[in-house]
Amino acid sequence: MNSQLLSLAIWVPILGALPVFWIGSERRTLVRWLSLAVAVAGFLVTIPLYTGFDAAQGGMQFVEQAPWITRFNTQYFLGVDGISMPFILLNSLITVLVVLAGWEVIEEKQAQYMGAFLVMSGLMNGIFSALDGILFYVFFEASLIPMYIIIGAWGGPNRVYAAFKFFLYTLLGSLLMLVALIWLFLESGGSFNILDWHQLPIGIKPQILIFIAFLVSFAVKVPMWPVHTWLPDAHVEAPTGGSVVLAAIALKLGAYGFVRFSLPIVPDASHQLAPLIIALSLIAVIYIGFVALVQTDMKKLIAYSSISHMGFVTLGFFIFNQIGIEGALVQMISHGFVSAAMFLCVGVMYDRMHSRQIADYGGVVNTMPKFAALFVFFAMANSGLPATSGFVGEFMVILGAIKFNFWIGFAAATTLILGAAYTLWMVKRVVFGEVGNAHVAELKDIGHREFLVLGLLAVCVLAMGLYPFPFTEVMHASVDNLLKHVAVSKLQ
Amino acid sequence: MLNNFVMPDLYPAAPEIFLLLMSFLVLFVDLVFGATHRWMAAMLTMIALIGCAAITLVTSDGQTTLTFGNMFVDDLLSDFLKLLTYLAVIMMLVYGRQYMADRGLDKGEFYLLVLYATLGMMVMISAANFLTIYLGLELMSLSLYGLVAIDRDNTRATEAAMKYFVLGALASGLLLYGMSMIYGATGTLEIGGIAQALYHGQSEKTVLVLGLVFLVGGIAFKLGLVPFHMWIPDVYHGAPTAVTMFIGSAPKLAAFAMALRLLVYGLFGLAADWQTMLLIMAVLSIALGNLAAIAQTNIKRMLAYSAISHMGYMVLGLMSGVVGGQVDAFTAINAYSSALYYTVAYVLMSLGAFGMVLLLSRAGYEAENLEDFKGLNKRSPWFAAMMLIIMFSMAGIPFFIGFFAKFAVLLAAIKAGYTAVAVVAVMFSLIGAFYYLRVVKLMYFDTPVDSAPIAAGMDLRVLLSLNGLAVAGFGLFPDAVMMICTTTLMRSL
Repeated sequence: MNSQLLSLAIWVPILGALPVFWIGSERRTLVRWLSLAVAVAGFLVTIPLYTGFDAAQGGMQFVEQAPWITRFNTQYFLGVDGISMPFILLNSLITVLVVLAGWEVIEEKQAQYMGAFLVMSGLMNGIFSALDGILFYVFFEASLIPMYIIIGAWGGPNRVYAAFKFFLYTLLGSLLMLVALIWLFLESGGSFNILDWHQLPIGIKPQILIFIAFLVSFAVKVPMWPVHTWLPDAHVEAPTGGSVVLAAIALKLGAYGFVRFSLPIVPDASHQLAPLIIALSLIAVIYIGFVALVQTDMKKLIAYSSISHMGFVTLGFFIFNQIGIEGALVQMISHGFVSAAMFLCVGVMYDRMHSRQIADYGGVVNTMPKFAALFVFFAMANSGLPATSGFVGEFMVILGAIKFNFWIGFAAATTLILGAAYTLWMVKRVVFGEVGNAHVAELKDIGHREFLVLGLLAVCVLAMGLYPFPFTEVMHASVDNLLKHVAVSKLQ
Repeated sequence: MLNNFVMPDLYPAAPEIFLLLMSFLVLFVDLVFGATHRWMAAMLTMIALIGCAAITLVTSDGQTTLTFGNMFVDDLLSDFLKLLTYLAVIMMLVYGRQYMADRGLDKGEFYLLVLYATLGMMVMISAANFLTIYLGLELMSLSLYGLVAIDRDNTRATEAAMKYFVLGALASGLLLYGMSMIYGATGTLEIGGIAQALYHGQSEKTVLVLGLVFLVGGIAFKLGLVPFHMWIPDVYHGAPTAVTMFIGSAPKLAAFAMALRLLVYGLFGLAADWQTMLLIMAVLSIALGNLAAIAQTNIKRMLAYSAISHMGYMVLGLMSGVVGGQVDAFTAINAYSSALYYTVAYVLMSLGAFGMVLLLSRAGYEAENLEDFKGLNKRSPWFAAMMLIIMFSMAGIPFFIGFFAKFAVLLAAIKAGYTAVAVVAVMFSLIGAFYYLRVVKLMYFDTPVDSAPIAAGMDLRVLLSLNGLAVAGFGLFPDAVMMICTTTLMRSL
């Protein structure tokens, strides 16, 4: 087995960022092309992860294991299963798009901007492939640093507030997780190996405490209602690339944490507290859906729609059936494409008009037909139209939820109405109708670079919507494995 | 009688003797050439310190040797701490060279006082007797009082020195008082003898515990733990920055050695009592240090409060060696080595942070306000990155050394059953993250107010770069330093 691939996926972008930083922002052309080369190389090294993946196997693949801190028995232990592997590809692909999206619009300190995204991409790959508790934690926290800088240095007018809020909120959660990780280390007799923890019997009281510590950490990241308030701020203030990475990848970390840590390590507490999570998820789906409806700022609207969609993901995990969990995973990937595309679309308009207010637009289709077509397509995907990727995940989760309990499924299904309402109403006000004002009349349609970025995402969204099998195929065995694991009580 | 006199074995104390002889040479050279060749004193000081390092390395045999009638000990721990002390002092001298020269403070006295303070620390580190501890402590403290006041015409510095002196004298008094009580109860001044006496358990417990209270007070003063922290912000703020850097680095190593020798080597039998005291002081220090640092606008004061909180974390490790009165060698080593590791990591970060302040200062200008860091990323991306590393490291964010230090200490505390304390400690480190983040914010998100080019010399730049990279490098590969700390303690306890 070719087993250096995960290390490459992590370290190619991080080490590649160093020369980008070194060149400095004066030589813009060189910086851009080098960043693109690094991002593309980072994506290429992840492709063998998919092609070489053995879908029949539910365990970890591409495993790398080496001692790291011998005193605490911490290992440089990497591996992926069908749950984590797609996210590494998604992340590496999104990084390429982010580099392309920042090609011209970032004028100040471009080298640092590109470098920060490359570093972040490597760290994110680290999070998805770490199988050692401390290694996971280290990547998890280190990824806050580039995001903090990205929001604070290239963000909007209120960027400093948003950057602090983002950092401190997320840190709050992860610090409790650290205590839980150390507790697990001591309880398991000195191992930070996550796979060992999966087998570790734990009493119900510590299970619940650990579950809560993990919940605080992951719920902030997802974000779940009521700890979601950092997200709209961060999204609105972040530069386009920052919003894209936040929505497409960073939010998935929390959800991923639930499947990698909470469910298998503390299954009994997960079962006991599932009603709580389901309730929070439904609140996110319905209440936040209504909140999205009244937004006047496009980025804020998409941010709230992200929270609502992520509610679907957590709902899917905690109904404990195959179709629900797979649906949630599909939803995560689909949301990665769709939310990235939506933020890029807003970015396209913002670059031209320097406004994110819905009221400042109107009749964009008249001046930007190509763009409008893509934007409408992504909006459809966001509201879960069949034949787009958004439909597949939502449909699977609703199916799973109805299997679990009809009324929960029914409540979740309202998203199909709400999602359509807030997204399409926004599109109607922004894209259609008469040309709203003189600024809109002067808009130029998207160029080749922008078309390439959005077109690529459109292909992904459509492909996943029409033929999701390649995506679900790789997950099947791993989800099966997870469910078997969760069904067995750890109580003695 | 003179014919009873046995020449003590001088070999274990060779570095101290060498340093003392070299200090005489510096004194003489400064007297003769001081007016014309200032660099000679500096050069000789460097040579003295490097020589000491060489002697310590050569004479280090990993054995525990007592000499001077069991008053002085040479073990692996003392060798390790002394080497780190030399390193910290050398780094301070390089960092501070230009700063002191610009202000006309690089006189012979400066180098002499630094050497004597270093000698004091070395004696403290190697002390095996209450008298030796006190001797080293006073030598160090008196030299430090002088150093704080070295800029005679600066009223703030003089005030700081006065405050330091008065409070320091009080702390020494406390320590002596505690020592005398313990002497009264056990009948010996030797640390090993006290441990023996406690083990046999025939001493008066009340007197012992009363003495212990005073002793812990004296130690807490040197470490700067709440409620004995009052001097730290004023002294850090008032002293010339190079001296602040000195006070903020090497003496922490010596104070750690003192705490370890007194509490763990000597008064281990009273662990249950001092554990509670340290626990309270640790939590208070972490809380007050982190909260008060938020309100500071002066970076030296901010780092002073941050030092208080860091020492709180360190003590969290120090007190976790004994679990519910049960001694388990593995747990104990684990806890003390986490405290040692924390101290080492802190000294490295503290040197770097003050090095940044020195980098931005220049002749006639003290870059000691947080404002001075504004827009540093525009002025010098490289050093902004170094400061970013140091700040995130101090905040305990990975991949930097500060994270692994906090991690080791938290692990020790949770293992000792202080899970609730650990949760409180991490919550306060969340608050602490705010003011470190603020420095990063100033450097990266704001525009510069001071756009003068950075005037620091090449030596400072290179050292600061190495320092910052070390904070990052030892974070990526923390294993080596951790193993050294563990092995050292394992072979010295």
